[in-house]
Amino acid sequence: MQIHKHDAIIIGAGGAGLMAALYASRGGADVAVVSKLYPTRSHTGTAQGGIGAALGNLDEDKPIYHTYDTVKGGDYLTDQHAAKILAENAVEAVIELEHMGLPFDRTSEKRISQRRFGGHTRNFGEELVRRACHAADRTGHMILQTLYQQCIKNEVNFFDEFQVVDMIVVDGTVAGVVAIELGTGEFHIFHGKASFFASGGWGRCWSVTSNAHSLTGDGAAIALRRGLPLQDMEFFQFHPTGIYRMGILITEGVRGEGGVLINSVGERFMERYAPSAKDLASRDVVSRAIYLETRAGRSIKNRGYMHLDVRPQTVNRYFAEEGRDRADFIDESTVERKLPDILDFCRTYLGVDPVEEPMPVQPTAHYAMGGIPTNIDAEVVIDAAGAVMPGAYAAGETACVSVHGANRLGTNSLVDLVVFGRRGGMKMAEYVRGADWTPLPKDAGAEIEAEFERIRKGEGKSRPGALRQLMQATMMDNVGVFRTEETLQQGISDLAELRERFYKDLQIDDKSRVFNTDLMEAWEFGCLLDLADVTARTALERKESRGAHSREDFKKRDDENWLAHSLITQQGSTSDPTYEAHFDKKVDLSLWEAEIEEGLPEEQQKFKPIERVY
Amino acid sequence: MDVTFRIRRRNPDMPGQEKPYWQEFTLADVDPTDRVLEMLHRIKWEQDGSLSLRRSCAHGVCGSDAMRINGVNRLACKILVRDVGEKIQVEPILGLPVIKDLIVDMAPFFDHYKQVMPFFVNNDPLPEDGRERLQTQDDREQFDDTTKCILCACCTTSCPSFWANGHYVGPAAIVGAHRFIFDTRDQAGRERLDILSEPNGVWRCRTIFNCTPACPRDIEVTKAIGEVKLAIRKGTNVGIIQTSAIH
Repeated sequence: MQIHKHDAIIIGAGGAGLMAALYASRGGADVAVVSKLYPTRSHTGTAQGGIGAALGNLDEDKPIYHTYDTVKGGDYLTDQHAAKILAENAVEAVIELEHMGLPFDRTSEKRISQRRFGGHTRNFGEELVRRACHAADRTGHMILQTLYQQCIKNEVNFFDEFQVVDMIVVDGTVAGVVAIELGTGEFHIFHGKASFFASGGWGRCWSVTSNAHSLTGDGAAIALRRGLPLQDMEFFQFHPTGIYRMGILITEGVRGEGGVLINSVGERFMERYAPSAKDLASRDVVSRAIYLETRAGRSIKNRGYMHLDVRPQTVNRYFAEEGRDRADFIDESTVERKLPDILDFCRTYLGVDPVEEPMPVQPTAHYAMGGIPTNIDAEVVIDAAGAVMPGAYAAGETACVSVHGANRLGTNSLVDLVVFGRRGGMKMAEYVRGADWTPLPKDAGAEIEAEFERIRKGEGKSRPGALRQLMQATMMDNVGVFRTEETLQQGISDLAELRERFYKDLQIDDKSRVFNTDLMEAWEFGCLLDLADVTARTALERKESRGAHSREDFKKRDDENWLAHSLITQQGSTSDPTYEAHFDKKVDLSLWEAEIEEGLPEEQQKFKPIERVY
Repeated sequence: MDVTFRIRRRNPDMPGQEKPYWQEFTLADVDPTDRVLEMLHRIKWEQDGSLSLRRSCAHGVCGSDAMRINGVNRLACKILVRDVGEKIQVEPILGLPVIKDLIVDMAPFFDHYKQVMPFFVNNDPLPEDGRERLQTQDDREQFDDTTKCILCACCTTSCPSFWANGHYVGPAAIVGAHRFIFDTRDQAGRERLDILSEPNGVWRCRTIFNCTPACPRDIEVTKAIGEVKLAIRKGTNVGIIQTSAIH
């Protein structure tokens, strides 16, 4: 096996990975970015609406308001100190992206333009605020491009289309990772003082998803298999507006520009579910509302979807009702200019022109709030007390800081990856300056190579694609927006059956080495299966409803018993694992505690966990 | 409906498949609104797992699945069956070495991109107030079109000049340079124009126009190349694009 030696190995080349690469290399570290995709193919590039930062360019805004919205959006499972860091660092991070050349849209004052987004408010929920900094409706694309371009400028080492399949753990320290060079099928070892997981989410566990085919949770699954805990896995966000059946994301920015959700009787139903924020309530609230409307027989054509209407006449009618200034009214050219990609998707895939017809939308599996637990410097922590694993880092969707708690606010994924990618990159540079090399074990990589040989030899009758579709279907039906003991048990037993078939009856058609996507998809299915399993199991154990985790048999949030993060670990072989979940990792409530210490009367405390109302 | 696929295949790692060959697959129950990518997945997941292609986002923004579909460069995820008919021929994009089936070696393509300084340069001190650099929305609009590029290579691999000479930087790299040349905040326009006036720069473009219809992001590629040519001829990047004409 070829061995590459670099101070810092970064796994994944999306926003978090590239940000970490820039900062670690600026900090003097010799960095290698190892990614299964060319960097510009990463999923950060699909983020549309904006990146939240309290710049106050259009409305009065402060980081503390952003912090409050993040904590409330997370249904109080958010670690409050981390949310404060997120909101404060967001301002300088966005300014820095502009300095790197990111082409944000501009206000008439030549500053970065901002738009409204779900759950983002001024003065602790008083009214919606324009906070999402945007570059048309391709903000993520521009972030990804800008960071990649800066990495080219800084001559960062890239190993494109090298897929990481294992991590090398020696005495509780990470000594590097094992990767397959896709073009040749050869195994490589990346020996590093530090390894940084920025490998994205696992929305492909579900059948209707906004996520790319490549979002198979490789990094989180590898960590789980190597004995690390995963945190808050029961919380997975369904975005309310995916294109019907396809799941392609329609940005919340559509509603930020005035678009509204309409049911089959022509009603703007969010007025009933969230009287104040309406269509811009947090995503979990809106997704549930769509399901409840569907159950009540008010989905369009009774097919489980709603209309998202951004036609100027509709938007302006509601603006007039709300008494908005006429200057805010929109016309076709506003929609064309601000939402070009959304129009393109709808015209291409649906033959629907959103300036003339409403768009058919349904909730789509979108974002993992949980993942590899880290502290605010992206260092991986391995227990409820916050002990750090030397040399291990994680940021972005694959990590759980936790700033998103039980439900992430729109735009905060981009904030998360630039803020914690950056903090982690700096911390890692500092770490590798002082750390020694951990010698590689003699047989490094042998175990995973053998596992791939096992998969490649599969001569059974179950194709990986078929198994994956069955998993996605059961996750959609049983571990989706609404859950009960019964559905979750069903999900767990379906997954067990699929695991049996994966390990005993797998069929691999492609026996070659060069670019064997049949083999890689099979291995990725195994990752998804592990993550689906821990999602269902933690969801079964958490007997309350909070944020994106909605139990119909335990409808209320229960702070007395469940205001805690979950940590789940896997034991035994991956063909027949057992799991252990604990709900004892404390939620950081430091902002609330500070309010109590200040002697603020209860009604003035902003960070006290109370019932969420939008 | 039934759809017949004719796919160009090659596997250098399998005896007898080293040389390119055609293989046919038939799919039943195809909906006219299905994406070609979904149909290729059905072939791979239901009939032959060895069919190899790149794909990721599946909605036209990551740029992984550029291929030649019925003779035209497309993203497989952004073209529907009803757009191409019941007989669909799929082959790798042209002008880059084929690794396996529909997968080509993208390294030369990205090398060309890296040649044109595709990154923001501004060596002035940062604004003293710690805030963003200022730019008018009109100035921002000047290069809006070329910021949309996803580096899928549909344009470059549809260009006869690139087919004839693989050293030509190609339309995508010029689009990448254009995005910075016409950004009022950037200071390396001069250097980029110098790079692009070299023999393998913009002058290899013969305005054949294949690149523009090939672009899945609807970038007016030929126009962008024309603007770069004009900037080189006039020796300046100022006054080339009339912002009033954009609106």
